[in-house]
Parts: sequence; C-alpha cells; structure tokens
Amino acid sequence: MIKITNLHACLEDENTPILNGLDLQMEDGEIHAIMGPNGSGKSTLSYVLAGRDGYKVTDGKVEMDGNDILEMEPEERSAAGLFLAFQYPVEIPGVGNMTFMRTALNSQRKARGLPEVSAADFLRLVRSKARQLHVDPGMLKRPVNYGFSGGEKKRNEILQMAVFEPKMCILDETDSGLDIDALRQVAAGVNSLRGPGRAILVITHYQRLLNYIEPDVVHILVNGRIVETGGPELAMRVEETGYKPAPAGNA
Amino acid sequence: MTLGDAQYISRDDPFAAARRQAADRLEACGLPKRGQEYWKFTDPSELNQIHSLHSLSSSITPHFGRSFELSMVGDWQDPVQQGISPRALFDGIPRSVIDIDGDDAEFELSPDIVEHGSACSIEQASLRDSSWVHEVFGELESQAHAPVPRALAAVNTRYARCGVCIRADGINAKPVEIRYSASEQQEDAVVRHVFKVERGASLTILETGTLARRTNKVLEVEVEDGASFHHVQVQGREHERVSSGHVFARLGAESTFRSFTLSVNGLMTRNECVITMTGDGSTAHVAGAAVGDSKFHHDDTVFVTHDSLDCESRQVFKKVLRNGAVGVFQGKILVKPGAQKTDGYQLSQGLLLDDLCQFLAKPELEIYADDVACSHGSTCGSVDEEALFYLRSRGIPSVQAQDMLALAFLRQALDEIEDTRLTEALQELLLDWLARHHQ
Ligand SMILES: Nc1ncnc2c1ncn2[C@@H]1O[C@H](COP(=O)(O)OP(=O)(O)O)[C@@H](O)[C@H]1O
Ligand SMILES: [Mg+2]
Repeated sequence: MIKITNLHACLEDENTPILNGLDLQMEDGEIHAIMGPNGSGKSTLSYVLAGRDGYKVTDGKVEMDGNDILEMEPEERSAAGLFLAFQYPVEIPGVGNMTFMRTALNSQRKARGLPEVSAADFLRLVRSKARQLHVDPGMLKRPVNYGFSGGEKKRNEILQMAVFEPKMCILDETDSGLDIDALRQVAAGVNSLRGPGRAILVITHYQRLLNYIEPDVVHILVNGRIVETGGPELAMRVEETGYKPAPAGNA
Repeated sequence: MTLGDAQYISRDDPFAAARRQAADRLEACGLPKRGQEYWKFTDPSELNQIHSLHSLSSSITPHFGRSFELSMVGDWQDPVQQGISPRALFDGIPRSVIDIDGDDAEFELSPDIVEHGSACSIEQASLRDSSWVHEVFGELESQAHAPVPRALAAVNTRYARCGVCIRADGINAKPVEIRYSASEQQEDAVVRHVFKVERGASLTILETGTLARRTNKVLEVEVEDGASFHHVQVQGREHERVSSGHVFARLGAESTFRSFTLSVNGLMTRNECVITMTGDGSTAHVAGAAVGDSKFHHDDTVFVTHDSLDCESRQVFKKVLRNGAVGVFQGKILVKPGAQKTDGYQLSQGLLLDDLCQFLAKPELEIYADDVACSHGSTCGSVDEEALFYLRSRGIPSVQAQDMLALAFLRQALDEIEDTRLTEALQELLLDWLARHHQ
C-alpha cells in the first residue's frame, strides 16, 4: 500500500534535519502504529506524507500503490486515497462543516472520474456515519472545527475518514484530548474501517490507544528514524520502560 | 464656463431651486482633487469626468439617455453579451422590478410598484402629487456637505434627470428591485433615487446591474420614526466600471436603516454612505463585501453621525484583493454632544491574496459624549495557510479552496443582510463569480 524509503526531510528554511532516513512499508489491510517521544518527527512525517508546504524532502521516496506521491499536490494525494487525521485540526470560521465535507468528497470523486454525490444522498451518508461514530449532529451545522472542543475536533476527523473512505489513513495523535469514552468510540470507528483495501497508520505518544486499536506492527521513531519494529508487545515495553536508546546494531 | 452651469438651469425644472444651490456648492468647493484629506487614498479624476461631460453638453439640456459622442471611449461591452447578466439573481424571491435601460430614461413605472405607497420617476416628479420628493431631493445631500464637501454628490443634484422616487406608507413585504442594463451607446449616467419611508412603514430596495460604464449615483433616504429601510445593491462584474455612489440617510426615532453592497470587479468605485441619526433609539447597519482583481480600486467611505440618544450603528466592510488590487476604507463615527448611550461599531478587513495588493484603512472615532460604547477594528492579512492546507488535504483543489476561504471571509459582511434569502442569493452569486474568475 505504502512504501517509504530512506526519507530525509527538514524545514524549508532551515537545514536542521527532522527525518533522517525513515523506512516504512505497509500492506493492504494492515494497521501499523508509530510511537515516539515528543519532537521525534511524528507530525513531520504525517505532514510530509500529506504534502504540506514548509518542508523540504532532501532524499528518499514515498510510493503509494507504486506511484511516487512526493511529486503530487496535497489535493492529488487526497484524490489518490491518502488521508491525514490532523493532530491539531484547523478551525475554519465561515465554512460550514457539511459544505466542506461535501465539497471535499465531490472534489475527490471528480478527480477519480466519479459522478458527484447529490446534496440529499450526501446528507443521508453523513447522518448515518455520524450516528455510528456518536458525532453530535450539531457539529455538522457548525463551521469546520470552529469552537469545537478538543474531543469534537478529533471525532470530526474520524467522521471525515468514514465519509471519504480513504485507502491510506494516517492518524496523528488522534487519542490526545479524548476522554476514555470518546477514545473507545473513536477506536471503534477506526476498527470498523479496518480491512481489505485500506491501511491505517496510527501515530501515538501513548500505548493506551493501542489497547483499543490493535496494531499488526509497531514502530518506534526516535530522532527521525525508525529505531525498532515489532509486534504489539513492543508498545507494552515502551510503556513500561520508556523510549530507551535503540538496541545496538539498530542505532 | 463655470463649474455649476447655474445659468443653464431651466425655470421649468421642477428641481430648479435645489439644482441652483447644488451649482453654488459646486462652485464653492470645486471638484475633488487627489491629495485632499477626504481623497487621501483615491484619485477622483476618473470620477470627475462624469461631471465635465455633462456640463459640456448642458447648453443643449443634458438628457439622460443621450449618447454622448464625446464620451465614447474604452471598450465597454454589453454585460449581457459577456454572459454576466444578473437577471437570475433574485429570481424566486417575490418582488417588484423597475427596469432602467441605459438607452432610455423613460422607463415604465407602474404606480402599484409598491404595495403601500407611491412611486414616480424623477422626470414625473413635477407632474404627480409628489411634493414630498421636493422635501427630500437635494436636502439630505446638501446637509451632508459639511464638514466635508461632497462635490460629486452636488454634481448629481445639479444634473441628475433619471431615477426613481418611492414613498412608502405601510409595510412593504415585497422588495422593489431596480434593475439596470447598459448599452454600448451609454457611456455615462447620472442617477438619482429618492426614498421616503413614512412613520412605521417599511421598504426594501434592491439594485442590480450596471447602467453605464461611468455612473454617478445618489440615493437620498428619509426614514421616519419607527420606519425601516433595507437596501441591497450588487455592483459587478464588469472590469471597466467606474462609479461614484452616495447614500444619504436621515433616521428618525426607533427607525432602522440597513444597506449592503456587493462589489465585484470594476476599475474605480467610490461608495460613500452618510447617515445621520436624528431620533432616539434608531439603528443603522452599513456593510459591504468587495472582490477585486488587478486594476481594481474600491473605496468605501462611511460617515455616521449619532445625534440622539441610544442609537446603534454598525459598519462591517470586507474586501478580497488580488493581483495588485487596492481596497480603501474610510469610516467615521461622530458622536455629537449629548448623544448618550451610543453603541457604535466598525470593522474593516482586507484579505490580500498576494503581496501586490493594498488595503488602506482610516478608521476614525470622534466622540463628544461620555456615556458611549464605540469600537473599531481594522485588519489586513493573507490567506490562512493552515486552513488552505487543511482544505487541500481533503482533496479540494487549491484555487477552489482559496475561494472557499475568501467566501468565508466575506460571509461576516453578508450576514449583515437581514433577509437570509437575499444573503443566500448573493452567496451563490459570489461563488459563481469566483468560479468564473478562474476560467
Ligand atoms: N513548523 C516547524 N517549525 C519549527 N520547528 C518544527 C516545525 N515542525 C517541526 N519542527 C521541529 O521538528 C521536530 C519534530 O517535530 P514534530 O514532527 O512535530 O514531532 P512530534 O510530532 O513527534 O512531536 C521538533 O524538534 C520540532 O520542534
Ligand atoms: Mg506531533
């Protein structure tokens, strides 16, 4: 599904490297987790994958279904099936959440050569997804993320993920700011999207989320590179002993 | 030749007295000049042209609708041919329509154009029982001549022969739309509308379309006690448009006045709004949304005078500028001695889509009472890159995402319109215009 090879990146106007030769490969249907201390480059990775301005890729390659996505505009990556649930979803006053989601879905569909979804069909679709995810219908009527609580913002990201049905999902610290009930509901939403035709990369700081979304593979990111890869037990170990320097041979 | 051409005013002119006074005012103050304090950011020379053309031909009695050979300059195109007819804009909203055609001042005006009240054209004003017109025509304009002279409005009083006079004496639920259409012959137009909303009555006026390449337009609006006047005008989307507009309003006690202007494109636009709140407890909201590209100079100049107790005024102006377009806002709230409990608010914001654009604002408060709450804010900035990326990351192409953000920015001004059907119609129009822009 996605193959990241030797990815090096830094801020556009600085030369301090943030990602230092990151390798990661995910197959269809898999859920991977990336854990790492603050500042290790988790969000940078997610932004570089989504195509945000301000970062410079100095080396390496990212392929999605065999296509080089680093050459694509952010909207093209989205149309190709990439979705990033932001660590800090952006508030957009003046743009209605429904209008935004419908415009987005139809833009993606248009780029894929599919017909637009009508307003009525879209309303039905969003309502049913919102119900599944316990999203307060009031959130649909408000401007995008505007005045939402931290938890509402994260739910709104997962709602979009459910509506757009992307192939490659990146969830950047979706658990932060969620109380335990919200965490369960969001995790259930993510789990319901798990399956063939989709891969999900869960970025988190804590192991807690992984009790609810069980990953196939866990990676540890330190200083912009994957220092260790293992199964769910790796997350447990990190929780107990912290992000210790990577074992010799890997460093 | 004198500036006001007073010697050419015909005795038969029903507005002879007002015109003579306007000629005198004009004589005294002269046409505006670049660099004067009130024209700090805007060069009036193109707007002054409208005057000289009319005065040159005044010896042969300027008649609205005459095609001035002298003035055939530029490549003014019929907006309908350009496919930008605004005709469909308010379709679906029950309303009366007055069509004013650039070639023919003798427009049809059926007396039942207003449900409660009467209507006539400026030309008919002497024929019908319309003494009320004479009480307003030139009166509000002349009163607004101090502390700053408004020569272009005096030009209008001196020369305008086309326009609509409406008196409302009851609640008029149906808006009256004044729909302009231009022709290739009509280079200049001087238009004057006079409205009087009597005690407890209401009137909504919509203005759409463009009458000529260059227009000098004045509205005088008398809003009596407990009355309400709503005004929505759409200026767009011709690139060559040059227009000077004035709205003069006098508000009685417990009255409401709302005016909203949507402007898209145009070379040079100066919209002045002068409101005087003379009765206690009145409300005035003036707002504008403007979108301009390259050789676009758009100036909103607002002067609100609080001269009574407990009045509320709001000014909300937003401009989206790209490719070196220039937006100007000059707004003043004057609170006269004794105008206690005044609530004055003013907001002006520019959204600059590139760094060639300029948004120039001069917000002013002049307060001579102590128990007032007045605030103003003016900002100018570029598109929120985070928001832009967020939209793009959801698949929305960059240009469309920028339009969504521009619309969102303007929305606050559109929300000043009370009738949400009108707000939605304008929102649709803007969306469409923005989309066309990229074709
Ligand atoms: N836009 C930015 N401006 C300045 N520093 C940044 C920016 N983005 C990332 N960094 C720096 O890069 C490093 C990695 O940040 P980030 O990717 O946000 O880490 P994480 O998400 O793992 O906490 C940090 O040292 C951070 O300060
Ligand atoms: Mg982060």
